Amino acid sequence: MSVLVFTENWDGKFKKQSFELVSYAGKIAEMLKTQTVALSIGNVQEDELKKLANYSTDKIITVTNDKLKNLDNQAYTSVIAQVAEKVGAKVVIIANNNTGKAIAPRLSVRLKAGLGSAVSKLPISVEPFVIYKKALSGKAFANVVIKSDVKIITLSQNSFEFAENPKPAAIEAFEPVLSGDIKTNVTDVQKQTGKLILTDAEIVVSGGRGMKSPDNWGPIEELAQLLGAATACSRPVSDEGWRTHEEHTGQTGKIIAPNLYIAAGISGAIQHLAGISSSKCIVAINTDKDAPIFEAANYGIVGDAAKVLPALIQAVKEK
Amino acid sequence: MKILICLSNVPDTTTKAKFVNDNKAFDTAGVQWIINPWDELALTRALELKANAANNIEKVTVITVGKVDAEPTIRKALAIGADDAVRIDAEPKDAYFVAAQIAEYVKTNPFDIIVNGIESSDYNGSAVGGMVAEFLNIPSVSAVSTLEIANGEVKITRDIDGGKEVIKSQLPVLVVVQKGIAKEPMIAAMRGIMMAKTKPLAVVAPQAIDALTEIVSFELPKPKPPCKMIDPENVKELVHLLQNEAKVI
Repeated sequence: MSVLVFTENWDGKFKKQSFELVSYAGKIAEMLKTQTVALSIGNVQEDELKKLANYSTDKIITVTNDKLKNLDNQAYTSVIAQVAEKVGAKVVIIANNNTGKAIAPRLSVRLKAGLGSAVSKLPISVEPFVIYKKALSGKAFANVVIKSDVKIITLSQNSFEFAENPKPAAIEAFEPVLSGDIKTNVTDVQKQTGKLILTDAEIVVSGGRGMKSPDNWGPIEELAQLLGAATACSRPVSDEGWRTHEEHTGQTGKIIAPNLYIAAGISGAIQHLAGISSSKCIVAINTDKDAPIFEAANYGIVGDAAKVLPALIQAVKEK
Repeated sequence: MKILICLSNVPDTTTKAKFVNDNKAFDTAGVQWIINPWDELALTRALELKANAANNIEKVTVITVGKVDAEPTIRKALAIGADDAVRIDAEPKDAYFVAAQIAEYVKTNPFDIIVNGIESSDYNGSAVGGMVAEFLNIPSVSAVSTLEIANGEVKITRDIDGGKEVIKSQLPVLVVVQKGIAKEPMIAAMRGIMMAKTKPLAVVAPQAIDALTEIVSFELPKPKPPCKMIDPENVKELVHLLQNEAKVI
């Protein structure tokens, strides 16, 4: 018996979310009185793999195979299922990111394992197995019982405080059986370099229609640069084409959970709040003192973002 | 080519969260039901593809798992332009149950491209699409922001961390689409609304399938402390609070 956690890598490196995942898996393993096994697919150097052992991992399994160079959901599902069976996984933990959302549902069917997705806390109990997840796009939460023998959880980013708990984890290579063709083929990759990834960012500076024109984004970019933050925007801004749709944050755009979210000129429609309500701290700058964003915010300034942002930039520079 | 769009019938996105039955169910009193926003974009893209005769798309079908009260939402999809519709006559229990029902239908009524929205705005599971693909043992691509057809092949762009990948997939394929797949949802014209009344809507009996999960109860988010207001002339105070109180910068 074990808890299996799939730790994705990015060009051979792990991220903060990888350590969140293994720590979370470690806690569930404690609740079930069993061990934690991490699975890494692709080329990752040994010293990088060993970083997982700093966060309560008992065993690390690596799979390297040319067929797994790109994410093919069927092939990855097959590999994770084979490893889950090999280690007798009772719970499989996957990140609730693009990769996790692509694989976890397939794995659920393959293993006939109930899926709890976008989970943000440890299970309420393991017997019965009850998880806590968001519903109605963050307007509510649901306690959900997973009734199957094997369970799958996708963990929301930045939702779990992780702590070091080093273990002498052994690294073991595993050869999966990959029969048949890979049916999807990546023909081109377009990467933006040097730009912070919105869903990874710890700080996000976001602008809404109150910025009045795409020409007024200078202070948002500057503040983001200064804070090491990613930039985002509200839906009307991306619909107007002022900013790309990749920046749209809200119910139908990106759902984010940074430590700090600064909303400039955003009124805070319920759909926007759905995308940002998991932020740890929200700062709102808006001319309308009755704007709903102030109900969601921790700190608020009633004023014109065009005037407040430059002052804020100055204050951050002086801190 | 035939395209299938999986629709979810969800409360309007402005709906306030209220619960009944010991907090076990949504309070649906007075709720406006809509096509799940991402599914609506998926339908829009399918109809855009069909409008180009070179793509040779025979029909666009919509399918949903739901009781008769889901029919106004299905009719709306027909009014927007879907050619026909299927309703599997069951109360959706969980994602596994819904996906199994859809897959069972597709096994005997095959499609070349199946499209799902990235998540439904009610249960936010992001699950049905991938599950349908696995039940059918066909490839799936998720986080898709463009879908094109050229010479009978599909070209898909998927979002990855910090970029995009262009993917060719064998058919049939299931794509899970997100923001960007279509600019704005297509709106039903008066002619479409009239025609929707006579378009075929098949009602199919469900299969006996057990759900793997069950909602025990809903909760509202914990109330947060009131917003601290800061004088716009004293922005330094905000920086001080972010550093020393919230400890986020």
